[in-house]
Amino acid sequence: MQSGYSSRSAPRGDTAPPARGLAVRLHLDLPLLVGLLFLSGISLVVLYSAGEQNPDLIIRQATRLGIGFAVAFAIAQIPPRSFQYWAPWLYALGLALLIAVLLLGEVGKGAQRWLNFGLFRFQPSELMKIAVPMMAAQYLAGFHLPPRPRVIAVASLIILAPVLLIVKQPDLGTALLIAGAGGFVLLLSGIPKRLIFSVLGLLALAMPAIWYLMHDYQRQRVLTFLNPEADPLGAGYHIIQSKIAIGSGGWFGKGWLNGTQAYLDFLPESSTDFIFAVLGEEFGLTGILVLLAGYLFVVSRGMIIAIQAQDCFSRLLAGSLTLTFFIYFFVNIGMVTGLLPVVGLPLPLISYGGSSLVTMMAAFGILMSIQTHRKLVAS
Amino acid sequence: MKRPNGAGRNAAIHDYRDTRIFTVRAISGLVIVFLLTLILVARLVYLQVLSHEHFSTLSQKNRVTIYPIPPIRGLIYDRNGVVLAENIPTFHLELVPERIHDMEATIQQLQQLIAIDEEDVTRFHHELQRKRPFDSIPLRFRLDDEEVAKFAVNRYRFPGVEIKAGLTRHYPLGPLMAHVVGYVGRVSEADLKRIDAVNYRGTTHIGKTGIERSYESLLHGKVGYQQVETDVLGRQLRILDQTPPLSGQNLHLTIDAHLQQVAVDALGGENGALVAIDPNNGEILALVSTPSFDPNLFVSGISTTEYQALRTSLERPLFNRAIKGQYPPGSTIKPFIGLAGLELGKIDEDSTIFCRGIYFPEFRSQRPYRDWKRHGHGYTDLEKSVVESCDVYYYELAYRLGIDRISSFLARFGFGAPTGIRLPGEARGILPSREWKRRNRRQPWYPGETLITGIGQGYRLATPLQLAVATATLATEGLHLQPLLVRALEPPDSNQQTAQQAKVINRISIIDPYNWSTVKHAMTQVVHGPHGTARRIAQVEYRIAGKTGTSQVFGLKKDEKYDAEKLAKKLRDHALFIAFAPEEKPRIAVAVIVENGGSGGAVAAPVAGKVIDAFMRSEGE
Repeated sequence: MQSGYSSRSAPRGDTAPPARGLAVRLHLDLPLLVGLLFLSGISLVVLYSAGEQNPDLIIRQATRLGIGFAVAFAIAQIPPRSFQYWAPWLYALGLALLIAVLLLGEVGKGAQRWLNFGLFRFQPSELMKIAVPMMAAQYLAGFHLPPRPRVIAVASLIILAPVLLIVKQPDLGTALLIAGAGGFVLLLSGIPKRLIFSVLGLLALAMPAIWYLMHDYQRQRVLTFLNPEADPLGAGYHIIQSKIAIGSGGWFGKGWLNGTQAYLDFLPESSTDFIFAVLGEEFGLTGILVLLAGYLFVVSRGMIIAIQAQDCFSRLLAGSLTLTFFIYFFVNIGMVTGLLPVVGLPLPLISYGGSSLVTMMAAFGILMSIQTHRKLVAS
Repeated sequence: MKRPNGAGRNAAIHDYRDTRIFTVRAISGLVIVFLLTLILVARLVYLQVLSHEHFSTLSQKNRVTIYPIPPIRGLIYDRNGVVLAENIPTFHLELVPERIHDMEATIQQLQQLIAIDEEDVTRFHHELQRKRPFDSIPLRFRLDDEEVAKFAVNRYRFPGVEIKAGLTRHYPLGPLMAHVVGYVGRVSEADLKRIDAVNYRGTTHIGKTGIERSYESLLHGKVGYQQVETDVLGRQLRILDQTPPLSGQNLHLTIDAHLQQVAVDALGGENGALVAIDPNNGEILALVSTPSFDPNLFVSGISTTEYQALRTSLERPLFNRAIKGQYPPGSTIKPFIGLAGLELGKIDEDSTIFCRGIYFPEFRSQRPYRDWKRHGHGYTDLEKSVVESCDVYYYELAYRLGIDRISSFLARFGFGAPTGIRLPGEARGILPSREWKRRNRRQPWYPGETLITGIGQGYRLATPLQLAVATATLATEGLHLQPLLVRALEPPDSNQQTAQQAKVINRISIIDPYNWSTVKHAMTQVVHGPHGTARRIAQVEYRIAGKTGTSQVFGLKKDEKYDAEKLAKKLRDHALFIAFAPEEKPRIAVAVIVENGGSGGAVAAPVAGKVIDAFMRSEGE
């Protein structure tokens, strides 16, 4: 489709077969793989300390990571064209499952999120984390960029329908992530800046109106949500303790296994959502910068893959998935350092467990597929 | 534009443009990612480099624990400064579950030392479910000195168990103020839903009824916090940081505790209620409902048996008759109906009706309507009708006025609507009308019902508080105020009081103001006239205006058991009396009801008389 005009995709001569290493033949993107393995390594090291040196915990996390990499590897074998073809079906299935969850889902922790298939339980919103950006990208790729208002409106509907269903579960955190993933597709597709700013402006304007309509006690809860330190024994307890842990780490940290906060149970959820505080305490700012470098490397590689991709669908999908990954670690670190409200998001690839790990690795599998099928599409 | 299939120069240009748009956006995205990450780095530099010292101190041997410091609840005084609710220091037994290895065994051993019953244990386990780390949970409240000593000797056996000194709400006047002040109790799940849970960290009690409940937000104050360093055993070493709590406000009530006591004594153990109001400013001087209960029982947790006894008692001590009891007002309504007659031109001061003890209405009726006096009052004008409480006069007047005019006139005095007193659960009474009956009974209004409305029977119901407010409004010739219970708020440690004013609900204006004096004069004759129904309470020093009432109690319900002694008492009429004094410049308005007391003049009027007398004497001093 693009071969004749793109300078990138036409190597030396038409006769010579494209030079492809083993990694590409296995549809693995080496830089991305290295980045992910690096982060997984950090995860196991920090978790060993945060989990009080419990070997079982490490084995379980290693197994999960292994499964994650296997899923990524398997998905990387599927050419992007198949994603494009299957996107509407996947999206429709996801919507149906979300409705099913609302009608007959299992209630856990006060929200309906799970579908029980006997052998395993399944959270349809996880599927939607990939299906929504995929569907939005598929739809927008059917038109020339930048999309026209009618196209933007339809794409917004595609994104909002599952988001509203998930809000109803209620799982606000996931709903926002999915809205974000879909929103990134729209942003990357080049919707007018004016529209971006007016949506942001409208949201800002709506805030006081919503505030005005709330009851006093609801306002109080919002305030506590925004400023957890007003509640030092509830939400604020986590933040105060994690700030102490991180702050006491200093430049170089107290050293591996020498953190005190997690051991003495002052730091809650030290293996899951607040694992970043353990890293900060034991490895200091240096350790954190290394972690951030790892994350930025992965994000940069993802964006390069997106830019190098050869069709509109792949570009939008790859860009959206990469930026969503960024949102994960930005929100988690912002929350643990007391910059952002406490929402239950894990530190991606580092936190123990989390059903989202597999979803995230599937997304990286898609990125690898986009990168490694590139030249095949070109020829 | 739909993306065309196939290649071509056009498509190429579009593809080039698509790529450009995306690349620009993607690179901007990446730049934003780096900028946001830079913010994170800046935050981390702030925490780990700039504030390193601070956090390092906090984490050294890091045993910083945060405790809430509950605010001190505001005190409640009567109008003369008598303490009605205070906080007294007490000791209770608290457990920190994290530091106890075998909870069951610990509790069992404690039970051998100190009386801890099953209810304490159940409540303890319940609170265990919703605690935060290192919270201590109370197991027993209000230990006495002996129990404190016993535990102190054995303390070494119980790590994680400690005696905590705290403040417990206490009501020194006990039952006297229970229906006004109310009481506090342990914060329940239901309470947590209607309050800001953050502000109640560390607070164990919350207002459940009365003033304690309706002024909860002022009385409670604002929680404070303490960051405490503790050693390995959890003993506190030093306080690192502290945000002091803000105590609740003190309340100065309008109630006069002495007058309240006089009223209770005057009611002499009968079931009933009394409300006394200063008609000029709406301040409630006394609000009594008998029998009462000891509010102190509820503070440290009333036992189920005691609570059941209070709840099921036929005397209903927990029921605040003064604001929740709804009674037929009986003849006490007559001055208001009389005023309506004058105002609406259905009678004048001198017009008479001949009463021969029985009234045959103009409309077709099943039965005649009888006067309480068998042979009648003869020629009766308005004054005589009030003084002797002639029923026939009011059958005729009610018939002339019609139900809707009566009700809309009485509504101006606050009947049929809550008075707006700041106490929880006030009843609104019933002011019947055609519309009301159609809506609530799905029946048309019968003319006979209008007649009995004229003597305060039938569907009409009023609370003692409503009667007192209406009497006060009559006394001030139309100043209808929202009754006031709190005359001043006093922020903690300020000694400055902010006075509270009663809200003016309505200033009743009538066509001929002379009508007020006509009715008020008639009421004075009730007490001071030779034939007055309440002449036994007349005093020489000042003149009282009043009206007696006797309201019928309807028969037993079908499934009620027959109990000769109780039945006889229950069937007796309610005795009512409303009054204000002095006649010329009223300073107090009173409404009394004695349940099943019999005659209003003989039973209820003396109660009001004693209260008015005590008030006038203390004012005179």
